[in-house]
Order: sequence, then C-alpha cells, then structure tokens
Amino acid sequence: MADAIVCESVSKRFTLRESRTLKRRLVARAHGREANRSFLALDTVTFTVEQGESIGLMGLNGSGKSTLLKLISGVMRPDSGDVLTRGAIAGLIEVTAGFHPQLSGRENIYLNAAILGMSETEINRKFDEIVDFSGIEKFLDAPVGNYSSGMYARLGFSVAVSAESDIFIIDEVLAVGDPPFKKKCIRRIKEIRDQGRTIVFVSHNTTQVQRICNRALVLEQGVLTFDGTVKDAIHKLRYDDEDDVDAEGGEL
Amino acid sequence: MSTVGTRADEQSLPPLQPPGDSTGLFGVFRRRYLLKLLVQKELRVRYQASFLGLLWSYIKPLIRFLTYLIVIGYVIGLKDLEGYPYHIFSGMIIVTAFSETLRAGTRSVTKNKSLVRKMNVPREMFPMASVLVTAYHVVPQFVVLLIAVWLAGWHPDGPALVAGVLSVAILVTFSLAVALAFSAFNVYYRDSENFTETIAHLVTWSTPMIYTFEMIADRTNGNWIEQVYLLNPVAIAVMLSQRCFWVPTLEDPATGVQPDNLQLRGVLMLVACLAFVWLAQRIFSRLESGFAEHL
Repeated sequence: MADAIVCESVSKRFTLRESRTLKRRLVARAHGREANRSFLALDTVTFTVEQGESIGLMGLNGSGKSTLLKLISGVMRPDSGDVLTRGAIAGLIEVTAGFHPQLSGRENIYLNAAILGMSETEINRKFDEIVDFSGIEKFLDAPVGNYSSGMYARLGFSVAVSAESDIFIIDEVLAVGDPPFKKKCIRRIKEIRDQGRTIVFVSHNTTQVQRICNRALVLEQGVLTFDGTVKDAIHKLRYDDEDDVDAEGGEL
Repeated sequence: MSTVGTRADEQSLPPLQPPGDSTGLFGVFRRRYLLKLLVQKELRVRYQASFLGLLWSYIKPLIRFLTYLIVIGYVIGLKDLEGYPYHIFSGMIIVTAFSETLRAGTRSVTKNKSLVRKMNVPREMFPMASVLVTAYHVVPQFVVLLIAVWLAGWHPDGPALVAGVLSVAILVTFSLAVALAFSAFNVYYRDSENFTETIAHLVTWSTPMIYTFEMIADRTNGNWIEQVYLLNPVAIAVMLSQRCFWVPTLEDPATGVQPDNLQLRGVLMLVACLAFVWLAQRIFSRLESGFAEHL
C-alpha cells in the first residue's frame, strides 16, 4: 500500500509575542532582552499514514493537533522536517472560513466550492446534492449573514463534503448541527472512508473516533507520544475514566 | 485497494509531495474560475449597501478631474495649454488606476485573512483580483475618454496606438508587481497602508498629469533630475497615454512636448516591469510561508 501522508521529524515553532515595532525593538535592545519569545508547537513529529487508513489525531487542547493539520493541509509550512502528501486534500476544517456574509447561500456555495478546487461544471453537477445535504433550500437566496449559526455551519459542511479528494481532514466540526444532521455527517464520513480515501480525524469525542478510525496518534505538548490502536490511545489519555463527560457523543 | 507491490501501486497515483499550492501566478491563471468569482464577490460586496453603487467609479474621477481643471487650469492658469482637459484626463486614468490597485492590492491578503489562514488557495489570487477589480472600473473611463477625444477630432497615428498599448501594458504589469509585493509586506507590517497612501500622493505629483512634461524639461534641461523623473514607470505610462490620446487632438501634434524616443523608453520600461513582476512573485512566495501564522 502506498503512503498517503509522510511526516519526517516535523517541527514548528511559534512566536508568542512578537516585538515588531521599532519602538519595542529599541526598548528590548536597550534592556539587553531577547525581543521575541517562542514555543515549540510541534517537536520532531514523525509518522506515516498509508492510503485508505483513517487516523484519529488525539490530544488535549494546545497539544499541537491543529498545527499538525495545518501543516498537512499545506496552509502552514514546517520550520524543519518534511511533510509530504499524495493527491488532493480537502476536509472539514473551518468549513465556513470562505463564506461571505453579504453573499447569498447560492453564491457562497459556488465561491466555496471553487475555493476547494472544483470547476464550474463540477459545481453545477453537484449543486443540487449540496443543497439537498444542507437542507436549506428555502433560504438559498438570502444572504448567509442572516442564517442561524446552525444553518451557516450546515451549508459549509455540505460544500466541504462534496469536494473530491484523496485525503480528507476533519477538525472537530461534528459538534455542529442538530442530532439528525450529525448522524447524516457521520454516515457521509463513513462513506468517504469506505471509498478508500485517507482520513485524518481530530476529535475529543472518543465514541466518534472509535467509530471512524482504525488507528490513533496522540500528541502531548507537541510531541507524538503514542501511535497505535484507538482503544489504547483513549486509555493513554485517560479519556476512559468513569466520570467521562462525553463518552456517548454528548458534546454540547 | 489491491495488495500488489508498492511500486506498481504508486505508479498510477499522484506523486508524494509537499502539500500546498506553490504554483504562484501560473496557479492563479489555472484557476481562472475561482479568480472570476473572487472578483465578482469583491464588486458585489463593495457596492452592496451603496445607493450610488458603481456610479461612484465615475463620480470620483469626474470630481477630481474638475478640481484639477478649475484649480490648476483656471486659477493657476494652465488652461491655455492646447487640449489641457485631455492632457489631464489621459494622465489621470493611469494615475487613478495605479493608486486604486496599490490601495486595494495592499489590503487584499489581510482582508481575506480567514481564507488565507485556513484554506489552501494560491494566495497570489488576492492581489491579482484587486488588479482585475480596478480594471473593471477603469475600462469605462477609457470609453469616456475615447468619446471625448473623438469629439475633439482625434486622429491617432501608428505611434500613438503603439504608445496606448505600451501605456496599458506598463500600467498592468507595474500595478501587479506592486500589489503582489505590498500585499505580502502588509501581512508582516501594517505600516504598508500608510506607505501606500504616501506613494499614491507622490505618484499624483510626480507624473506630468496636471502640469506638463514641458515644464519639467524647461527647468531641468535634461539633467539627472529629469533622468530620475523618467525612471518612474507611472510617469512613462502617463506620457504614453498622453501620446495616444492628447497629442493627436492637437492642431499641430509637434507642439505636444514629450521626451525623445518615448516609445522606446516604453518598451524598455515594460521589460523592467516584467522583471518587477518576477521579482515581486519571488518576494511574495518567500513571505507567503509565514502568512498563516502572522495573520
């Protein structure tokens, strides 16, 4: 089986508070202080994902999951090390990032689908399917700025899942929408998985990770500390403690 | 998914490569449809809640034109220059287009923050879109200018048409180069916006639009100051535009004083501007790697 994602000792450092202004720089120099402080968001992370695998990426807030996703999706580049991917990447990350509140639902579908790399004919072909999935036919010509937050997210989600890709990234978005819509989403993600596409799934919801993924990675303060089965990962993170608040998909 | 050996498997697959779109300006041309939608969005959003809407792109230049004509022409007394209104207008189109692209282009990346930070699109798309948005506003102005000079008995010769084409080519390439470079700088240092205002101001006064090139030539006699003056791509584009629209309206076109070998200067300037585009693209792609974290 071919590799879909290769991360080779990937590191990423962020500057905490950058002193970019002339004044601050001069002050810092005068006091003999280092102008910028930084921290390591990812520390020599190495792993390989094979095509068709579904990987759960787990870890506490601030452990570097989102940074890693940004590196995989190509939005950010690593400071050192290599990230290599095979084929097109799409996914459910910030699904509404490309929305413009003043444009209508219809216009936003076209714009966002184009941002995701679809051609005009492809969008025309998929348009009904997208609208159908979102369930907002009635409000298609209203500006999305007037949508409820649920409708907004659903529309974004519907466009995002319609993109064809070899690697599909999911970042903690299943917390949106009502239970029926959520169910629909999980079903769709499973379909994507069963098409043999590679999935990277970030979630704190252990049930969802267990349902979708066949392997899990755990990040702790930027270091990859575990690579193995989902069950062991959950145990490692102590997410299986008995007083677990959201074991049954009860994220609010 | 078959279990055939890896090598056979990999041949039919896309290559393993760093993610992200690093195809630069070529990538923008490949995704023309997205570019078109971004331009439409920009136009739609800009005029949505505006009563006069697109009319503003006629009103603003008209007011500016009248101000120059009245203050410089009548109050200061340049009105006796033959074809003075065409002299201003043909220059003003170029200067306005450049300043607009400079302003909108500089903000183009920071304004589309959410897209840049989270989605993978060729980021050159944004400055490119501001060039096109400007074009959308400027083309009708050219139509107005054409009608005006035609009524004034415009008979362009070959060199005039060459000058017109060169003028637009220099304008587009130089604006694109500046928009690319400044949009990237603006992510790191928000000084760029003050900087662009300053440049827009300087460009208005360092091109022969409201005064004539003859006045510069009279006072410099071809010394180094004149040579520096002629290194400004916008000034060259303005004079080429005047060669195209203003000079042919004169009773005796020879009375329109312009630099020697203007078209040749234009060609050289165009080559320089193409080099600027290349350089700006290099700067952009170097700075681009830090966009997501600096926004």
